[in-house]
Amino acid sequence: MTTTTATSRTAPVTTDTLLDFRNVAMQFPNGTVALSGIDLTVKRGEFVTVVGPSGCGKSTLLRIASGLENASEGTAALGTKRIGYVFQDATLLPWRTVQANVELLAELNKQPRKSRAAKAKEAIELVGLSGFEDNLPKQLSGGMRMRTSLARSLTLDPELFLFDEPFGALDEITRERLGDELLRIFTEQRFAGLFITHSVAEAVYLSTRVVVMSGRPGHIVDEFEVPFDYPRDPDIRFTPEFAALSGKVSHALREGHS
Amino acid sequence: MSTETSTGTDTGSGTTPAVATAAAATVPVTRSAAARSGSVAKLWGPPLVVFAVIVAAWIALAAILDASPPHVLLPSPLRIVVDSFSTETLDGQPNQPITGELLNAIALTMQVALSGLAISIVVGIVWAILMSQARWVERSLFPYAVILQCVPILALVPLIGNTIDYGIEARILVCVLISLFPMVSNTLFGLQSVERSQRELFKLQKASRWTVLTKLQLPNALPAIFAGMRISAGLAIVGAIVGDFFFRRGQPGLGILISNYQSRLQTPELFAAVIVAALLGVLIFLIFGWISKLAVGRWYEPAS
Ligand SMILES: Nc1ncnc2c1ncn2[C@@H]1O[C@H](COP(=O)(O)OP(=O)(O)OP(=O)(O)O)[C@@H](O)[C@H]1O
Ligand SMILES: [Mg+2]
Repeated sequence: MTTTTATSRTAPVTTDTLLDFRNVAMQFPNGTVALSGIDLTVKRGEFVTVVGPSGCGKSTLLRIASGLENASEGTAALGTKRIGYVFQDATLLPWRTVQANVELLAELNKQPRKSRAAKAKEAIELVGLSGFEDNLPKQLSGGMRMRTSLARSLTLDPELFLFDEPFGALDEITRERLGDELLRIFTEQRFAGLFITHSVAEAVYLSTRVVVMSGRPGHIVDEFEVPFDYPRDPDIRFTPEFAALSGKVSHALREGHS
Repeated sequence: MSTETSTGTDTGSGTTPAVATAAAATVPVTRSAAARSGSVAKLWGPPLVVFAVIVAAWIALAAILDASPPHVLLPSPLRIVVDSFSTETLDGQPNQPITGELLNAIALTMQVALSGLAISIVVGIVWAILMSQARWVERSLFPYAVILQCVPILALVPLIGNTIDYGIEARILVCVLISLFPMVSNTLFGLQSVERSQRELFKLQKASRWTVLTKLQLPNALPAIFAGMRISAGLAIVGAIVGDFFFRRGQPGLGILISNYQSRLQTPELFAAVIVAALLGVLIFLIFGWISKLAVGRWYEPAS
């Protein structure tokens, strides 16, 4: 396991705990305190969503988890090196085809050409982009770009998947459809997910647990277990239980906001 | 699984056959290609009309201003062609055509310009890559790129001639000095304009500096590099002509011819040489535009 902070090293987390935040705080060099007192664990098989108002430090949380940023206080421990990170924009390289974009991470990890091509093909199939391997990003819709980005992360077989509002820029229909695709992949592969979103419905629908944050500095105000099983029927969104839980999350969000 | 149908993306006219399943709406659309092929007339028509108007005005003006010998004011297009390239002038006098010396001059000028341009491209790209690697390198080297841009190179020309003689090397040096800056600044801009999230994508995989440079920064910089080449190419021609216009020594390039015709009052020949010089500039600009399109047109969409 790796620790991503310089402050201290915790005892090794159990292999099933893939992310362990203990009392994490983040103060940027310019003085902005983005996070304070964050305690959060994500175990294998869990899909945790984080909802919170804009600017409350959600991206910062993910950046610390991925090692892009070091926490200024507390410890952030990872139980795996295989991390997938899906950015808010698709972050495709415009000069590469879908196939070559999906191969990129494996290529950067110096995997042999043959195996990474096969791996990419598989991932492209998984996200439903077969037939578009030779398209360039500019020839894709926003949703297809996001699928490509998802496929790219999948090639690393991540055990911990970090999503920073990946569907934020998409329209409602595409968003729901991609959510379903993601759930299907999650049901098959059971990685651990940490998913950031603005949408309460998306959070409840996708996850095993919803974490509500508020600013500033960003801290966790509440957590809700989501009792629904996988695979999930899209229609659970219209059940009273779903509505009740969404109501509670919304309420917590508003409380934290004021 | 199914493909999205309404993703808010511009799907164009949908004239392309569907590639996979019901994906017609998101298949690469060749609207721009269709527009291109249908609009050759649209593309070339307007500038050609303007060209015709200019030539007509020129002929009219020449008829008024320059009706009688010695035709030093404004020769008509016909006179320029005949007096420059035929053994008899338009007025029936025996004439020494300049075809040979003009071709030689073009060859020399192009040789100088292209050598200078090649040096500028290599030096400019290397210079920019060095600066992109560390803040302190950029801080140390960028001021010199700016100085290069600010110093009036023309003022340096006599100095260069004095110091390293008036040979072809001196002319190439003038070319390089004039055409280097756009290469440096454009390449640097291209290397540094990589999106933060793309950089982080590489960082997350612990990619080396070299990998980031070759797989991310350089490809990202290509459109800017080609735009720089286009500007530099034009400047290199200017440099080659100006260089020998000022030196007035050694083998005659276009600059020396222009200077000679001017001092000998050979106005039609002067015009011919100037027009050739202008055409060279346009030609090289078009060629580099075309190369750029071949190299990055496939994927690059200029923000419009
Ligand atoms: N590098 C940085 N230096 C200083 N302040 C920063 C930096 N990065 C983020 N911040 C600040 O930290 C706070 C949290 O930023 P963050 O991007 O994590 O918010 P967020 O919850 O992801 O917002 P959004 O929902 O809009 O994406 C903001 O106030 C932001 O201005
Ligand atoms: Mg964010």
